[in-house]
Amino acid sequence: MSTPAILVENVTVHYGEVLALDSASLTLGAARICGLIGMNGSGKSTLFKVIMGMIKPDAGRVLIGGQSPSKARKEGGIGYVPQSEDVDWQFPLSVGDVVMMGRYGHQGFTRRPSKADKAAVDEALDRVELGEYAGRQIGQLSGGQKKRAFVARGIAQGATMMLLDEPFAGVDKRSEATITRLLQELASDGCTILISTHDLHALPELCDEAVLLMRRVLMHGAPELVLQPENLAMAFGLDVLNRPLPQHGAPGGHGHKDPAASADAAPAKNRG
Amino acid sequence: MDLLDILLEPLSYDFMVRAIVTTALAAVVCAVLSCWLVLIGWSLMGDAVSHAVLPGVVLAYIVGAPFALGALVFALIAVTLIGVVRNTSRVKEDAAIGIVFSTLFALGLVLISVTPSQTDLNHIIFGNLLGVSIPDLIQVLVLGVVAFAILILKRRDLTLYAFDPTHAHAIGLSPKRLGALLLGLLALTSVVALQTVGVVLVVAMLIIPGATAYLLTDRFNRMLVIAPVVSAVCSIAGIYLSYYLDTASGAMVVLTQGVVFAAVYLFSPRQGLIGTRLAKARRRKAAVLAV
Repeated sequence: MSTPAILVENVTVHYGEVLALDSASLTLGAARICGLIGMNGSGKSTLFKVIMGMIKPDAGRVLIGGQSPSKARKEGGIGYVPQSEDVDWQFPLSVGDVVMMGRYGHQGFTRRPSKADKAAVDEALDRVELGEYAGRQIGQLSGGQKKRAFVARGIAQGATMMLLDEPFAGVDKRSEATITRLLQELASDGCTILISTHDLHALPELCDEAVLLMRRVLMHGAPELVLQPENLAMAFGLDVLNRPLPQHGAPGGHGHKDPAASADAAPAKNRG
Repeated sequence: MDLLDILLEPLSYDFMVRAIVTTALAAVVCAVLSCWLVLIGWSLMGDAVSHAVLPGVVLAYIVGAPFALGALVFALIAVTLIGVVRNTSRVKEDAAIGIVFSTLFALGLVLISVTPSQTDLNHIIFGNLLGVSIPDLIQVLVLGVVAFAILILKRRDLTLYAFDPTHAHAIGLSPKRLGALLLGLLALTSVVALQTVGVVLVVAMLIIPGATAYLLTDRFNRMLVIAPVVSAVCSIAGIYLSYYLDTASGAMVVLTQGVVFAAVYLFSPRQGLIGTRLAKARRRKAAVLAV
């Protein structure tokens, strides 16, 4: 059996007294697209942070392509597409500037861009169809374009694994289809993709497999199977079954809006 | 008296020349740093560190060590204490910052009050532009050039840290180390600016130029040019004004910076309250004429 792209083994994480991940295990093969489903506080962002090595688990281990997360990071293999609300869209950077940040790991002490870096940025921008927007300030893009700009950063970086946090939040239908196609192309090129999302209706189209998370991995299988109402009820709480279905017809689409379920255990970004 | 005389007359005094050179240097370094501070949202941190270095500077004076060393040590102590109070109690960050920096600042004042030769040290609090000596000038020059060089050489990493620390981490850089670098440079820069406007007003030099530039452009690289140029011009203009109006020089420098910020705030074509309206009206007029 080949080395899994992502191996999470019995990982437990506490924030003080709060248990965020409870012996969670997940194995993901290379070039697969996997959707990570769970309500707020289910440990999705914690799992991302553990995979990226931002949090050391209290127990268990993580391997990226058979090596430690810190080694994988140094090799530039891990691309990250942040959630919209974690980005300062007023920041005075152009789309090209942001994509160039994907190249920093390949550059010298002062990160002066070489010709090869510029070519990689142009190529990545063309790939996500944002070539003509390279000079725009990032906040001036539409919701879907913003996401694609960050995917382009991962492409320019040469990431073999991409983590996307809520890539469909605030994105219209057409852009959603574009992003789905783009991610599938990347996967067929060998990139492993892990997507955390609330947007259940997009999953069967997009993902090869899906994971239900509720502090531990409740279920991991084909999206059609994982999205069965009785399975979703496990992750989102039973009341989801008693609600009218959302318009796009996915079962239990927005169970996360339950105010009782919105306690997010992840701590705020720490800037020292 | 024509304009040339107005500009040249103060320069016939050596102390004015030293004042102008020192201020321009400090203004440039502070302004470059301020571009990151305003974008990260570290203005309060800038305020805190620039006050908290006071006991370090006083102790360095007492034992005869370089001011910068004492300042760095106390900047580090301040940042550590803020982190400890925030993380180990229910007190929130802004309160933790307020508690730590005002206490350290008070400690500095107490140390000054028990140290002989008070005159020198009081200048640290309110600045002593007109009394800058040659050794002072050299110290400002050396520290300023070091801080400036590091900021410019590492500008891309610092901007990445300011914009997306998670990505910095993901590609194997250390956001913690970049944050520490920025704080160290903040401490160094505070010492540079102490000489000119004093501890109390350093924070103005560390925030206003970056904020002014931010209202004028959507490109970070341009901010790095606009902020120091505006800041240097304001500072020199402030000194001239203080010379002719016979007012406090450090305070005049800060006042000039504030007035220019207010003008940009109102009239900036991109962001200004009035400027954006004027631009809209011009476009409408042009559209009408085109029809």
